Amino acid sequence: MDVSFTEEQQMLHDSIRRYLASDYPLEHRAKTIAGEDGWSADTWRALADLGLLALDIEEADGGIGAGPVGTMLVSQATGAGLLLEPFHSSAVLATRVISLLGQGERRTMLLDALASGDAVAVLAHDEDGGWFDARSTTAEPDGDGWRLHGRKARVYHAPMARWLLVSARTQDGSGVFLVERDAEGMELRALRTVDGQRAADIELDLHLPADARLGGEASAALEQALDHGLAALCADALGVLDRTLATTVQYTRDRVQFGTPIGRFQALQHRMADMYMQVEQARSMSYLATSACLGDDAQARREAVSGAKVVVGQAARRVGQEAVQLHGGMGMTDELDVSHCFRRLLAFELRMGTTDEHLRALHGLARAEAA
Amino acid sequence: MDLNFSPDELAFRAEVRAFVAAHLPDDIRDRVRRGDESQVADDLRRWQEILHAHGWGAVMWPREFGGTGWDKTRQYLFEIECAAADAPIQLPFGLKMVAPVIMRYGTPAQQQRFLPRILDGSDWWCQGYSEPGSGSDLASLKTRAERDGDHYVVNGQKAWNTLGQHAGWIFCLVRTDPAAKPQRGISFLLIDMRTPGIRLQPTRLLDGGHEVNEVFFDNVRVPVKNLVGEENAGWTCAKFLLGHERTNIAGIGASRRELARLRRMAGEAGRNGAPLADNPVFASRIAQVALELRALEVTNLRVIFGEARQQAPGPEASMLKIRGTEILQRITELQVEALGARALEYEGDGEDVPRAVGHYMNLRKLSIYGGSNEIQRNIIAQMVLQL
Ligand SMILES: Cc1cc2nc3c(=O)[nH]c(=O)nc-3n(C[C@H](O)[C@H](O)[C@H](O)COP(=O)(O)OP(=O)(O)OC[C@H]3O[C@@H](n4cnc5c(N)ncnc54)[C@H](O)[C@@H]3O)c2cc1C
Repeated sequence: MDVSFTEEQQMLHDSIRRYLASDYPLEHRAKTIAGEDGWSADTWRALADLGLLALDIEEADGGIGAGPVGTMLVSQATGAGLLLEPFHSSAVLATRVISLLGQGERRTMLLDALASGDAVAVLAHDEDGGWFDARSTTAEPDGDGWRLHGRKARVYHAPMARWLLVSARTQDGSGVFLVERDAEGMELRALRTVDGQRAADIELDLHLPADARLGGEASAALEQALDHGLAALCADALGVLDRTLATTVQYTRDRVQFGTPIGRFQALQHRMADMYMQVEQARSMSYLATSACLGDDAQARREAVSGAKVVVGQAARRVGQEAVQLHGGMGMTDELDVSHCFRRLLAFELRMGTTDEHLRALHGLARAEAA
Repeated sequence: MDLNFSPDELAFRAEVRAFVAAHLPDDIRDRVRRGDESQVADDLRRWQEILHAHGWGAVMWPREFGGTGWDKTRQYLFEIECAAADAPIQLPFGLKMVAPVIMRYGTPAQQQRFLPRILDGSDWWCQGYSEPGSGSDLASLKTRAERDGDHYVVNGQKAWNTLGQHAGWIFCLVRTDPAAKPQRGISFLLIDMRTPGIRLQPTRLLDGGHEVNEVFFDNVRVPVKNLVGEENAGWTCAKFLLGHERTNIAGIGASRRELARLRRMAGEAGRNGAPLADNPVFASRIAQVALELRALEVTNLRVIFGEARQQAPGPEASMLKIRGTEILQRITELQVEALGARALEYEGDGEDVPRAVGHYMNLRKLSIYGGSNEIQRNIIAQMVLQL
C-alpha cells in the first residue's frame, strides 16, 4: 500500500494547476461559454503542449502512460480550474476506449490525432433510459457493414468532436462504432448544459462499413473504460470541491458583519468543518476508485467507482449548497467563483449516472454477492 | 382544540377557489406554471387589477384603507388557494411592507397619496435596505441623507434590489445622523425612482436571471415630506416592517404546489420502465418532506392563531421562515432528482426541465434573504431559548 504520489505525478498536477490558475481566469471562461463554439482552441493547444492529451495513452502507443493515478491528479486540477475544454471526454474517456479496443493502423492514427490535439473524440453512451441501461441503440449486420440505429442523450462535447464512439447492442453483446461527426444519417442537436458546457442529443440511423466496429465484443472493455472515466470525473468533482471549500473559507475570513469577520462565528465554523469532512470523504472515495482502476478485479472496481460517484455526489450537493449559503447574497451571483462551482457540482451529480442510479447499482452488487 | 377549519371557513375557501378558477387569465397561469418570468411585471399588475376590481386587492389591510379586513385564517386560506391555482404572488414590497408602515407611522397626506395607488396596482414598490457592506448587519448601513432646506440629499448605494427595474418607488433606510449609535441615526424615506441621480445596474444571478439590481444614489433630492415617522427613528419602522406580515412567511402555498408538481413528475419520470413514484426509496423521500410540510402547516396555524390572540408576532416567525424555506428547497431538490440526467439540459424547452432546475438554483436565495436562516436561528436561540 502506498498513499503518496511520485514526484512526477505531483509535478503533472501542479503544472496544469498553475497553468489554469494563471491563464484560465473566470472572465476568459465566461467569454468561452458565451461564444459560438463553447471551447477555446488556444486552451486546447496549450493542453496539448503540456502533454496532457497524451497523458492517458500508454508509452507503447507514444503517450505518457500516466495511468489512472496521473489521470486522477490532472483531473483534480481540471476540476479546480473549472475547465470547459473536452479533456475528460476526449483525452480520458474516448482515449481509453480506443486504447482498449482499437487495433492496427487505425488505433495509431486515432491516438495520434487525439494526443496532438488535432481532433477530439467522444464516447456516446448515455441514453434517456438511464446510465446502466444505455442499450437501446443497436447495431445489426447490414450487407457488408452495419446498420446503427438509436438515440444518445446529452453526450458531453459531441458538438466539438470529429469522431463519436457510439456504444450499441449487437448480436454478440456490445460494440463500439466509430462514426464521423458529420456522417449522413446522424443528427446532432447541440445543447448547453447547466454547467455551461456543450453537449448534444444524437439521433442515429445510418449504414456503416464493416470496419467501423472497434474491436469485437466490447462489454468488458466498455465497462472498464466507463469506470475509468467515472473515476476521473469524480476526481474532477473533487477538484471543484476543493476550490469551493477554499473560496468559502477565504470569503468568510474577509467578509465583515457586526464588526467581525463572519468566519469567527462558531455556527459558521462548524458548518465549514462539516464541509471539510465531506470533501475529505469524497477524496478518499476518489482515491479508492482510482486505485481500483489499477487492478483487474472488475467487480471490486465497479463497486469502488459507483461508491465514489455516490459519496462525491452527495458531497457535491451539500458542499455546493453550503458554499452559496455562507457567501450570502454574493453566493447567488454569477460574478463569484462559487456560483460556477455550484453549477458544475450539480452537473456532476447528474452526469454518467445519477447518485441514485449508482446507489441502486451498489444495491444490485451487494445482492449479487449474497446470492 | 380543533384543528379543522369551520364550515364558515370552508365555505370561504370554496369561494376563493371558484373566484380564482374563473378569473385568473389562462396565459398568466400558464406562465406561472412554466416558471416563465418574461412578462412578470405585466402579469403581476394585471392580476393585482383583477383582485382589486373584486375588492380583494389587499387581503391583509384593514377596511378603512380599502383592504378586505379579513382575519388571519382567511388571509391564510386565500394565499394557499392562489398559490395552488398557479396565480402569481402579490409582490410584498408595496402591499405587505411599505403599506403597513405608512398606515402606522405615515402622515394622513402620505396615506392618501400612496395607499390607493398600491391597492390598485398603479405604483410598484421596491425595497432599499441592504447595501454591499450591510446585509445581515443592516444597522451598519452607510447610505447618507443630508438635510438641505425642505429636501434630503441622498448619496450611497443599495444592493440586492428585487425587481427594482419595474418600480416607480423605493422605500429606503438612510443614515441621517452619522454621529449617533448605528440604530439611532437611521431614517425611513420614500423615494421616487424617477428622481435624477438614481441609477440601476442589474446583477446576474446563479440561474442566469435578472431579478435584482444595485441602485446608486448620486445627490438625489428627496422632499422632506417623504420621510415616514420621525427623523432618526427609521429603525422602528424597519423593525415593524420586518415583524409585520407573518401569515405567509412559511410559504405553505408554494410548498404545497411544488409538492403536487413533484408527485406528478415522479409519477411520470420513467427511468428503467417504472415511474420513480414506485421506487420505495424515492417515494419515502417524498413522504418525508410531505410530512415535514404537514407539521409546518399546523405549526403555522398555531402561530397564526396565537398571534391573533396576542397581537404580537413573536420569534416563532423565525421558525416558520427557517422550516418553510428548508422544506421548499428540499422539494426543489427532489424535483431535480426526479428529472435525473435530463436536468443537465437547463436551457432546454421542455416544461419541467428549465423550470425545476432554475427553481432549484434560484430558491437557494430563500435561506439567504429576509434575514438569513442563520440570523433566524440566532433569534430563536436568544429570544426563545434565552441563551
Ligand atoms: C435574490 C435576493 C433578493 C434580495 N432582495 C432584496 C431586496 O429587495 N431588498 C433588500 O434590501 N435586500 C434584498 N436582499 C438582500 C438580503 O436581505 C441579504 O442578502 C441578506 O440580508 C444577507 O446579507 P448578505 O448577503 O450581505 O450576507 P452576509 O450578511 O454577508 O452573510 C453571509 C453569511 O454569513 C452568515 N451570517 C452573518 N452574520 C451571522 C451571524 N451573526 N451569525 C451566524 N451567521 C451569520 C449569513 O447567514 C450568511 O450565511 C436580497 C438578497 C437576495 C439573494
